[in-house]
Amino acid sequence: MIKTTQWIVVTLVLCLSVSVAFSQGLAPPSNVTAVDTPNDDGSSITIKWDAAVEGSGISGYQILRRIADGELETIGALLPADAATYVDSAIEKGTAYTYIVRAVGETEATVDSEQTPLVEGTGEWFHTGKIPLLIAMLLFSAAILWNIYDARSGKDIFVRRIPGLEAVDEAIGRATEMGRSILYSTGMAGVSGVATIASMTILGQVARRTADYETALRVPCRDPIVLNVVREMVKTAYLEEGRPDAYNEDDIFFITESQFAYAAGVEGMMLREKPAAIFLQGTFYAESLILAETGNSVGAIQIAGTDSEHQLPFFIAACDYTLIGEELYAASAYLSREPMLLGSLRGQDWGKLLIFAAIVLGVVLELSGVSWITTLLQRVS
Amino acid sequence: MDFWSFIGIWVAAFLTLSIYSVLYRDNPFYRFAEHLFVGVSVGYGIVLSIYQGLVPFALKPLWETVETGAPEGFIKLIPICIGLLFFARLSPRHTWLIRYPIAILIGFGSGIAIPNVLRANIFEQTRGTIAPFAEIAAGTLSGWGIFEAVLMVVGVICTLTYFFFAVEHRGPVKWLSKVGIAFLMIGFGSAFGNTVMGRVALLIQRVDFLLNDWIASIRALF
Repeated sequence: MIKTTQWIVVTLVLCLSVSVAFSQGLAPPSNVTAVDTPNDDGSSITIKWDAAVEGSGISGYQILRRIADGELETIGALLPADAATYVDSAIEKGTAYTYIVRAVGETEATVDSEQTPLVEGTGEWFHTGKIPLLIAMLLFSAAILWNIYDARSGKDIFVRRIPGLEAVDEAIGRATEMGRSILYSTGMAGVSGVATIASMTILGQVARRTADYETALRVPCRDPIVLNVVREMVKTAYLEEGRPDAYNEDDIFFITESQFAYAAGVEGMMLREKPAAIFLQGTFYAESLILAETGNSVGAIQIAGTDSEHQLPFFIAACDYTLIGEELYAASAYLSREPMLLGSLRGQDWGKLLIFAAIVLGVVLELSGVSWITTLLQRVS
Repeated sequence: MDFWSFIGIWVAAFLTLSIYSVLYRDNPFYRFAEHLFVGVSVGYGIVLSIYQGLVPFALKPLWETVETGAPEGFIKLIPICIGLLFFARLSPRHTWLIRYPIAILIGFGSGIAIPNVLRANIFEQTRGTIAPFAEIAAGTLSGWGIFEAVLMVVGVICTLTYFFFAVEHRGPVKWLSKVGIAFLMIGFGSAFGNTVMGRVALLIQRVDFLLNDWIASIRALF
């Protein structure tokens, strides 16, 4: 008897809610589709439906999900009425899901869409949206390779004067004359940082000269992997200069990965050892002024270089010479004069020329009401 | 104030003053604080590497594979073995093996970084420089907005000219790059002022700690 009463109550409530929904004119969400999100690693499914029109009485949407034979579960928060897409990123790879979009009315009446077919998240090998970026990179690489080929064929490539790099010999010579060491910091970034790679290439050139002059080169490292690469590079430089006996592995050492502890350690080294020349090349953060100011206070000649634009002002204020941004990347070509690096440098100039042309042409076209360049750049990025 | 809070304030105050003592000159207090700081950070780093790197990315997946015996799980052994090659440095005879993980790491890192740098630092910024001119053409930009858009283009072109390395800076190139350097220095000047203000705020925070917390703890003694 009680069960029958319960059934009657439930049925009445359901009928009432449906009738309320219909009385409000609440239509179920239409054209609901659930597809595997394209160009991802298979960790999401995208659900789409037609957005509610004005005056439809819909105040929001709720997404419901179910595994093949499982229970319906509500996912995510209540979406606004103008939403027409939802990306479910909380799925398990290899599991198929079905979805229902529930329209919620202003009086909290609800109406459900039809259930979507089962869909599974699968990863893609290629991100098709990045093909324009790939083409741009291939063109850029082709320009660099062409210039490298040109440089290797014996053509002389001009590189403009960079004062900070002309001072490298002066700094090493000064340290040699004073019988004091040279301190070289590769910065705070890891081995795959572009500035760290550039810094290590410069270090290779500095090491060649210190091998020649028999000047102590001290390199405190923040990253254990950078430490190993730096040791290899300096050792190779000493070998190539015919001075393997002068190489001392203990001069290249790990301090700590902690930013300010590293700064404190290097600062202490500067104060105690009083190096005659200090190179701060790579990525630096808030510790830049601590290092540069301490180096300045011990009277060292300082050559800094970084692509961290927020730290450049401090280096410019406290160091003798500063390589600004891309000058750091150009430094290795400038110092070594190797055809490969010189060719690469000119290839990069071609890239900059292309940007230059794109800006001028883009401005002219935009003023004429044509948006080709901005559309192209939007697709590429 | 409980006993441990009191000790904590005194240790923090002692280390703060020890670190600031370097402003006078190198001294035993600074050395003590420096070595303690470096030592503690290395120890903390090692524990962090074990619990956030070694255990979740190497030991746990390996153990799960051994437990389930799923043959595809053994593919995880490849990156683990590549990582282990870093330890080849400990053997002078096999030290050359370290070049393989380093080469993989640099190649992988560059491959990830370069497209992102191109997208964020070149394409997006070029588009951002040009985009306001569409608004100028549509007549929706104010006089000040037009001035800003033109100033931006002039600044970008001149600064870009400064970074041409394979071209001699003579004639118009020289003048454009000189204007570019002026733009750079104005930018650096404003960044300098902005960051110094942030650093002063940090100093105020430390001085506030010494004056309020530490001095208050001294008063509490008497």
